[in-house]
Amino acid sequence: MSTGLGAESAFRTSGRVVIVGASLAGLTAAETLRQEGFAGRLTLVGDEPHEPYDRPPLSKQVLLGRVRADQTLLPRTRELGAEWRLGTPAVGVDVPTRRVRLAGGEEIPFDCLLIATGTRARPWPNATEAALDGVFVLRTSDDASRLQRELAAGPRRVLVAGAGFTGSEVASVCRQLELPVTVVERAATPLAGALGGVIGAVAARMHREHGVDLRCGVSVTALEGDASGHLRRAYLDDGTTLDVDVAVVAHGSLRNTEWLRDSGLAAGPNGVACDAGCRVFDIYGIVTDDVFAAGDVVRSPHPLFDYEFLVLEHWSHAVEQAQVAAHNMLSSESERRPYLHVPTFWSFQFGTGVKSVGVPPFGEDLVVVQGSTDQRRFVAVYGHRGRTVAAVTFDQGKWLDFYREQIERAAPFPPRYRNQDQPAPLRVVPAEFPDPGLPTERPRIMRTGHSPTEREWTVVPARR
Amino acid sequence: MRIVVDLNRCQGYGQCVFLAPEVFELQGDEALMYDTGPDETHHRHVLRAAAACPVQAIRLDRTGEA
Repeated sequence: MSTGLGAESAFRTSGRVVIVGASLAGLTAAETLRQEGFAGRLTLVGDEPHEPYDRPPLSKQVLLGRVRADQTLLPRTRELGAEWRLGTPAVGVDVPTRRVRLAGGEEIPFDCLLIATGTRARPWPNATEAALDGVFVLRTSDDASRLQRELAAGPRRVLVAGAGFTGSEVASVCRQLELPVTVVERAATPLAGALGGVIGAVAARMHREHGVDLRCGVSVTALEGDASGHLRRAYLDDGTTLDVDVAVVAHGSLRNTEWLRDSGLAAGPNGVACDAGCRVFDIYGIVTDDVFAAGDVVRSPHPLFDYEFLVLEHWSHAVEQAQVAAHNMLSSESERRPYLHVPTFWSFQFGTGVKSVGVPPFGEDLVVVQGSTDQRRFVAVYGHRGRTVAAVTFDQGKWLDFYREQIERAAPFPPRYRNQDQPAPLRVVPAEFPDPGLPTERPRIMRTGHSPTEREWTVVPARR
Repeated sequence: MRIVVDLNRCQGYGQCVFLAPEVFELQGDEALMYDTGPDETHHRHVLRAAAACPVQAIRLDRTGEA
């Protein structure tokens, strides 16, 4: 709150906070608000009927059948004393009168609003084909539950469209279940948008060694059903067809911002723009005082990456940005904190841990600084204009903290330090990120330029 | 009991796998799989695993217990 100390303390004791989005970011913000002494009224609105749950296990333990989809609820660190509106999406917000509108017509007044509506899976573009039995996306607990049942039934062949992290993890699970699986990826390698073609080639070998029928540089053009409406065949743009019972569409995500369309806030397909303190911009690029945002739905400027607005779809990002947003909501100007988290993520596929810190697509070049890609145990560092901007590890996650420090201090690239298991000589190579103009799987780090008010979909070149 | 492991933090030390093998499993060197909602019989082991984790990556609560 920005209206002086008296108002600030009144807000702490009896203010009204509405959090729209009841997943990792929303829950973390709610817990942080209480932890920092907010005693007012707290309402969490969620479109799914479930309590906040953890998503990473869905594409791993849950699909494998080890854990039930309804058993990944997030631990609670404290009693929230919140009102819950689950299974009720928010459909609009009126900023001048400070009200959130829910489907069904209810209006909830707020003094402060947190937008944490996250993303949804990008659906298969043809709605009729998407509705066929056997065609899936994987984002929610319900998605995982349905797909798990289908995989357990032993399909003849599974098609995975898109070899980003989700697609690769699904393919890995299929092989663990000994199901035949074909992965079709438009780019030259898996994970190309996220890690570039050089590391993508390592991932491609991993797919093939585990028996995945991996087809890169190819797209699925159509899905065909049988008389009873069940998927039976997929058509590819290289002229081939595949007989499949299950197709998993892993084409990345869409940000849930449609409900903000007429809000006057800077929200569009690329996300909700906010400042480095998580306060949301309006469409004129003026920052609001009482509307905050956190998590996957946000695009926010990052000081380490030229203040470019980044979209981050990572677990730790949702947690840490929600903590900053909640803190700033309760703080006077001088006590607010900037969001400085260095992006980190992990993916487990084919028995290998793939981890990253920093923003790989920000780099043009990379160098393997520890281990070797042949053995699939290595650390690769990415550089941009002579400084270190990211690192990726395969089964070498223990080194990531060291590399995070290098990124935070803008250490020189190529690196000048000596390290354990360092190849000699170090070889700097282009990282081979695909032309961002080509539609491919959307990486979980997306660069969205420098304008706070961008409302149109634009493609930002990865190289300048 | 609900469990979340912060897998950014996890470095694959595997202490949890030794202390609660029915709940935690390493596939390869660092791909940790775990039961997100283990039943009561495993709680004692899970508490030990969480306490022993060298990087304190295991978060849990006891919500939902009868």
